Amino acid sequence: MPELLKVSITEDINRRSGASLRIIVPMKQVPDMRQVKFDTEKGKVDRSSAAAEINPFDLHALETAVQLKEKLGAAVTAISMGPRRAEVALRDALARGADSAVLLEDSKFAGADTLATSYTLACAIRKLGGFDLIICGEKTVDGDTGQVGPELAEHLNIPHLAYVSKLVEAGEKLVAVCDMEGEAHIVEASLPVLLMVTKDINIPRLPTFRDKAMARKAEVTIWNAEELSSFADPSRFGIEGSPTRVRKVFLPSEEGRKGKIFRNTNEEAISDVAQAILDFLG
Amino acid sequence: MEGESYRGIWVFAEQRQGKLKDVAYELLAKGRELASALKTEISAVCLGYGIDEVDKLIAHGADKVYLVDSPELADSQEDLYTHELVKLIREHKPEIVLAGATAFGRAVIPRVAAILKTGLTADCTGLDIDADKRLLLQTKPAFGGNVMAVITCPAGRPQMATVRPRVFKKNPPDGTRKGEIVKVDFDREGVTSRTRLLQFVEDITERIRIEEADIIVAGGRGLGDGKNFDMLWELASVLGAAVAASRPAVDEGWVPYSHQVGQTGKTVCPKLYIAVGISGAVQHLVGMQTSDIIVAINDDPNAPIFEVATYGIVGDLFKVVPMLIDKLKNR
Repeated sequence: MPELLKVSITEDINRRSGASLRIIVPMKQVPDMRQVKFDTEKGKVDRSSAAAEINPFDLHALETAVQLKEKLGAAVTAISMGPRRAEVALRDALARGADSAVLLEDSKFAGADTLATSYTLACAIRKLGGFDLIICGEKTVDGDTGQVGPELAEHLNIPHLAYVSKLVEAGEKLVAVCDMEGEAHIVEASLPVLLMVTKDINIPRLPTFRDKAMARKAEVTIWNAEELSSFADPSRFGIEGSPTRVRKVFLPSEEGRKGKIFRNTNEEAISDVAQAILDFLG
Repeated sequence: MEGESYRGIWVFAEQRQGKLKDVAYELLAKGRELASALKTEISAVCLGYGIDEVDKLIAHGADKVYLVDSPELADSQEDLYTHELVKLIREHKPEIVLAGATAFGRAVIPRVAAILKTGLTADCTGLDIDADKRLLLQTKPAFGGNVMAVITCPAGRPQMATVRPRVFKKNPPDGTRKGEIVKVDFDREGVTSRTRLLQFVEDITERIRIEEADIIVAGGRGLGDGKNFDMLWELASVLGAAVAASRPAVDEGWVPYSHQVGQTGKTVCPKLYIAVGISGAVQHLVGMQTSDIIVAINDDPNAPIFEVATYGIVGDLFKVVPMLIDKLKNR
């Protein structure tokens, strides 16, 4: 893609202004998809069957923040909303380079859809004070919506760059490459800005044993609904603040796919499959 | 409730460089069914600059088209689109707003929903109506397609949903349909874009993009080497297919990441997915198991890919694939 080179993309991001960046990385603890069990009969997801981990997409957001910190100087805050056990995910974030971590934990936050989740995160971010960048992952592997990032940008009334695969410049303004379905958009935004980054932007690092040990002892700030009250309308938290409802959950029927398996690779089997393909494609 | 003043269905008809995207027609086809269930009308709302063939939206089912054609909207700036869509929705109060789950749709529609304080369901694969309650029943996959959820939005209006391209089928255009095109001036007061497009480059990914392909030929670790993907490219060219890969094949550097299907790659739902030398780890299955037809070729009879396969061939892929190419060529 030689055209891209017209804008000088440097491997190392340029920094124009002096002060250190304040970066916030929202993240979610999700069940490890390799272990999670799906109860076909009850139509339920058994999250307890699986170990929990940081949503894999969020690791790329955190890595982006930590690389900016290393290159330009920044304070990185990881923030999550969830039950107390999500503290484990935040400690993992500290081990991977975040400087501080905040967990929003209250039964009043439970049952939140993306609108209530993004609203609650926005209130907590206001309570944290100023920021320059918010960096989000593309989506979560459990909810699969990708909506919390842009909704959060709107609650905070800041611009948003979606599908960022590369940062070109960060300073007074930010310049990024956004992958918009086969087109690379090179976009400039004023700060503060929310970036939603893709997996292409980096390879997240693994924490060292030393970092993990440090993180075990580090403090995770925990805020409840009461502590956000001066920045929030509490009726917008949790299920009460969620306009959507889950009416039904079911598992896609396995019966739909009555597979025909050919165990002998002979001329006839391949012909049958080829014919089936041709018939299907019409 | 307040919802009673909201009537009608809207489709956000996305365009790129003046050309309407197919997902607009697909949503109009589905939207018409929903509109008849609700005994209401359906409108398309289209923002952009120099938009071609707006009357096609009527031929594909719209009763009305709200058209905002203005040079300021040429670069798909989120801030401007969000502002204008919110203004139009507040003014006309549709009860349902549907949009394509495209990169731009996913970026701008959540912002609109956040301002309107209403619900938004991402990536719906099914839409239906509960006529008594005038509720949109939105079926969406979660946990990478392992679970389906039916979502409603009783407390917010409009009820908003995004739908992936190619989930619904468009109707053939009917040139005799009558409809109204309502030209709206862009409301430039009180909004400035905080982002600026400096440059764009088309087609950063070569050949057919896997998210848009009707047919996908995918390879995995079983290929053994990057050069063996040539065989898959040949199969793909016979079928007019795109080539995809599982994560191990991408990690080996045989195929670029933009071709990766799975939990940390793309989610695809083509008509036909041919998995070659892919064992079918759950992280791969979640990215492709909603394909209409799955053909699996693998030498391990116990490979999990066979559990989701419509047709499975247990055998040496280096023998099976050339035979298959041969049969398909001599159709």
